[in-house]
Amino acid sequence: MSVGPAAEPAAPTTWQRFRQHRMALVGTVVLGLLLTVVLLGPLIWSVPIDTIDFRARLALPSAAHPLGTDDLGQDLLARLLYGGRVSLAVGLCAMLVAVVIGTLIGAIAGMSRGPLDAFLMWVTDLFLALPTLPLLLLIIYLFRDALTGLVGPEVGVFVLIIAVVGGLRWMPVARLVRAQFLTIREREFVEAARALGASRLRQVVQHILPNALGPVIVVGTISVAEAIIAESTLSFLGLGFPPDTPTWGRILFDAKDFLSIAPHWALFPGLAIFLTVLSINFIGDGLRDALDPRKVR
Amino acid sequence: MKEQDIRGLIGRVKRGDMSRRDFVRRMVAAGLTAPVAGTMLAHNGVAFAQSAFDYTPTKAGGGGTVKLLQWQPASQLNPHFAVGSADQHAIYLFYEPLASWDEDGNLSPILAEELPSLENGGVAEDGTSVTWKLKRGVTWHDGTPFTADDCVFTAQFASDPETLAYTMGTYRDVEVEKIDDHTIRLNFRVPTPFWPDAFVGTRGLILPKHLYQDYPGAQATTAPMNLRPVGTGPFVIENFVPGDLISAKANPNYHVANRPYFDAIEMKGGGDAVSAARAVLQTGEYDFAWNLSVEDEILDSMTAGGRGEVRLIAGANIEHLQLNFTDPWTDVDGERSSITTEHPCFRDKAVREALALLVDRAAIAEFIYGRSGEATANFINTPDRFASKNTSWEFDIEKANQILDAAGWERGRGGIREKDGVKLSLVFQSPTAGQRQKTQTVVKQACEEAGIAMELKAVAPGIFFSADPGNPDTFAHFYCDIQMYTSPMREPDPGLFMQQFLSSEIAAKANNWQLRNVTRWRNDEFDELAAAAAVEMDPVKRAAMFIEMNDLVVGEVVVIPLIYRKVAAGMRTGLKAPLSTWTSYLWRVSDWHYDA
Amino acid sequence: MASFLLRRILIALLSIIGASIVLYAVLALAPGDVFGELVSNPGIPPDVIANMREKLGLDQPIHIRYVNWAMAMLQGDWGYSLVNRVDVGQLIVQRIPATLMVVGTAQILALAIALPVGVLAAMRPYSLFDQIASTLAFIGFSLPTFFTGLLFILLFSITLDWLPFIYRSDLEQTGGAWIWAQLRQSIMPVTVLALFQAASWTRYVRSSVLEVIKLDYVVTARSKGLPERVVILKHVLRNALIPVVTMVALELPVIFGGAIVTEQIFRVPGIGSLLISSIMANDTPVIMAVTFVFACLVILFNLIADLLYRWLDPRIKLQ
Repeated sequence: MSVGPAAEPAAPTTWQRFRQHRMALVGTVVLGLLLTVVLLGPLIWSVPIDTIDFRARLALPSAAHPLGTDDLGQDLLARLLYGGRVSLAVGLCAMLVAVVIGTLIGAIAGMSRGPLDAFLMWVTDLFLALPTLPLLLLIIYLFRDALTGLVGPEVGVFVLIIAVVGGLRWMPVARLVRAQFLTIREREFVEAARALGASRLRQVVQHILPNALGPVIVVGTISVAEAIIAESTLSFLGLGFPPDTPTWGRILFDAKDFLSIAPHWALFPGLAIFLTVLSINFIGDGLRDALDPRKVR
Repeated sequence: MKEQDIRGLIGRVKRGDMSRRDFVRRMVAAGLTAPVAGTMLAHNGVAFAQSAFDYTPTKAGGGGTVKLLQWQPASQLNPHFAVGSADQHAIYLFYEPLASWDEDGNLSPILAEELPSLENGGVAEDGTSVTWKLKRGVTWHDGTPFTADDCVFTAQFASDPETLAYTMGTYRDVEVEKIDDHTIRLNFRVPTPFWPDAFVGTRGLILPKHLYQDYPGAQATTAPMNLRPVGTGPFVIENFVPGDLISAKANPNYHVANRPYFDAIEMKGGGDAVSAARAVLQTGEYDFAWNLSVEDEILDSMTAGGRGEVRLIAGANIEHLQLNFTDPWTDVDGERSSITTEHPCFRDKAVREALALLVDRAAIAEFIYGRSGEATANFINTPDRFASKNTSWEFDIEKANQILDAAGWERGRGGIREKDGVKLSLVFQSPTAGQRQKTQTVVKQACEEAGIAMELKAVAPGIFFSADPGNPDTFAHFYCDIQMYTSPMREPDPGLFMQQFLSSEIAAKANNWQLRNVTRWRNDEFDELAAAAAVEMDPVKRAAMFIEMNDLVVGEVVVIPLIYRKVAAGMRTGLKAPLSTWTSYLWRVSDWHYDA
Repeated sequence: MASFLLRRILIALLSIIGASIVLYAVLALAPGDVFGELVSNPGIPPDVIANMREKLGLDQPIHIRYVNWAMAMLQGDWGYSLVNRVDVGQLIVQRIPATLMVVGTAQILALAIALPVGVLAAMRPYSLFDQIASTLAFIGFSLPTFFTGLLFILLFSITLDWLPFIYRSDLEQTGGAWIWAQLRQSIMPVTVLALFQAASWTRYVRSSVLEVIKLDYVVTARSKGLPERVVILKHVLRNALIPVVTMVALELPVIFGGAIVTEQIFRVPGIGSLLISSIMANDTPVIMAVTFVFACLVILFNLIADLLYRWLDPRIKLQ
């Protein structure tokens, strides 16, 4: 999904190849299902996410609460459905931000020898060297009030988290893409294209990028998982969404202490994260194979 | 509760109709502290009792190593540099004060021969001086004798502004005079009604002059004793890794007979409360863990195995909501919550009263704080027949709605009330902690049912509690409508606590938000009472004044008290330990033992 | 080569200076100070705190504080912890053994798992082995370490009562007993970390080997009748390692940075727990020192990675 635009030039054959990848198809279906459930689910299961019912606290799954309740007696199904929207959106958007910025910078650096390359790698190093946690504290502290005033607390924090989680994760992608570019640039088929007078942009888009994307997709799909988990760490530090927004990572975090007495509470968000990560990674696998022109199987 | 009520109670204690502990409990519930209650009794001829603790071992040593977990680790070991309570606890292994408070507000002598009192002439009638007799035959860990010089030096050390000691406030208005090697007199610059402060409890730990005199002023921070303390206490340092671990062995020359029972002690830091509870209650890897703010169900499941038990120790920590009396959303000369403004909603007392009705204290106490919390009506949670009728609490959404309706707050778009264009939409912040965020959620839900919109905000504690004038998220800036936290009322004297409602103490840009009145509430009656209490020498009259001040604060809904918090400690079955929240829980670590 | 090296080192030095400026500014601008509990404690007069702020130099302008810090740093003075009141260098040195022991071992273990598993999985893509390895890897990085750590504790410490879950830096045993105790207390934190790390590394290795394995020269090598082992080791691995080296170079400094969450769960007194407690207490000199050393290591390892590229693939022209 992340590489939709890059997949376009070779669309028909790519799709055919993608279809052959059974696990990728299963992954697409599962992710599609998850997205549908999360988007449409709250319309059907209309229990509010924050109704507190102390009599039903830590209840096991039942007809009234299909996934049970947490320690305030709040309905877990409703919370998971709502939280899924946030978590999936955070994961996917943060990954997109990281991959797009990273690929762009990595590609420019990899193609332009000399000072520009050196400068871009210097910037990348600099960003890599920055400690995430204090930087997060600063950014959120500086911009939270301004953004919340502009677009409301949840959207404001959402934009910030995407920017922060994505914005601090593009560096590995950039270095990876550059490393790929450095080797692929020197390969025979690119040299051939160059000899035939292909423009730089054409070299990149048609020959180098598709061959460089394999590892990028892997990093991208892994970073979806990382972003979902990173969001839960932020909540833990009091920097994430308002405390009453039930993201998956946060539900899992709240549930961990109760693991021995109310395992269902942790089980369902854990399962949701796992299914998402699994399906996205299988899709990534399929995409990588499909994008590879010389795939032999 | 009026002065004569208190006198009545004291009379009952004297006659033996009421136990000392019950009296102290009543006073604490009325917003006072156990030390103040104890002082009142002492002033009226009921001497401080010997702490009732049964010490059975008949010789020192033989107890092996006792292992403690304190999940907030100690960072350094100079008692006058301690930044947080974590350091203040650990330091009691090594250093000692002249006297310290037990759980029931009894003052027990430690390095003092006896306690000063009106009867023995130690306490001056006019409150200008106190004379302490020091215990003889006490030596520092290095063998040097402990004398009055050490006390004089400690006061100098702490009051030197170059030293940067946090205890400076305790010592700078006291002149410490050496009468002889084992007697000192404290001369107060102003009459001081509450005298057991300097050399008492957490801020009274005494430093060795012969070692620290080489590190005066700013050099004090480089003293090696900050990491390898040399004190008079029951244990001698072996190894200290800041933020992680302290290990110590028994002091063979300890000045109390047959103590300590344990041959060595080990204190480990880090981790979180739940796993600390687990290590003591479930696996028994450790003997003791302090401050287990853990949900009830979890503690129950852990104690089921019978390896350990949970003990609750009363203190005066009250989790409470504060309401902002100024407008946090209007900027006046680069300052929000400026004293020149008025809060658009809270200036209407009806809104404040409705809010107080919307806090479901019973549910919060029972389901969120469990055994470590008790719902409290107010700072004056007086039980039984002493309950003040004006300040009893209830949870009633219906009634809150009626009050708001009557006051003219009409429901507008989205069911949110408004009046004269002002929407009842509030921002509610608190420092991050699992239980607080749950409490916030419970309050928010009730408010929404009453047509009050609420946005929740959690702030990292390190940011919330900081003195940084450039940081808008501190509790002192109070740039939102409501905030919630626990005041650590470890202070034995409530006079200091009450300062946070004085008109003269309003936090503002002009004073870099350093002053204490963060709600920016102003009330002349309160100010007058506070001024009178500051010079009142009769402890009973003074206590009655404090109670009256409490009544005002709660009656005007400046704060909404929620939970009266106790501290939960996890102990291996059989461990005997006298604990206290008025000083360090280690205040008598020399007496800890296992029954044979 | 010499001029390349010189230029690359110059860039690295510039990076270090740049990083130190950005770090210092970030920390100075970030909210909060060390006074935490003091400010909410009614027993401490406000002017005492104001005096402390002034004495600690917290009221000076940022650039002056930066210059002071940089000059001290050049002379080998790491600064002074505001909370612990000891030299920062001393604090860090105390924490290094536990960090190396736990995080270092975990990284080596992760690499030892990820390399063979990744290569084997790529050699037979979509075989049963590959499917199992991939699924395990996905489970590995979809569960946060705070969760797996807790599962381990519940299983091995509480239910089975086999392993202690509190890491101690001062084991009293000696000799063989010490090794045994050290092993027992390290198993859980090392495994939790290594599994999480190995999960993603396996994926990187697999994917880059897959990239290379189909390339013309590999096919040529195979068609020449070279044994598969030689093909993989000599031709595939060498090229496949480039992206792997990149990732590993990025992750290695983490050994120093510690593992905040895992250290917290098992109470490992490592650099990660020092960093997080300093951040919570806003102990700026310690945060600055730890993050700055971390930054220097990142820059150093990237330099090494760049040099390794040239060695692994001489065709790469770096200028």
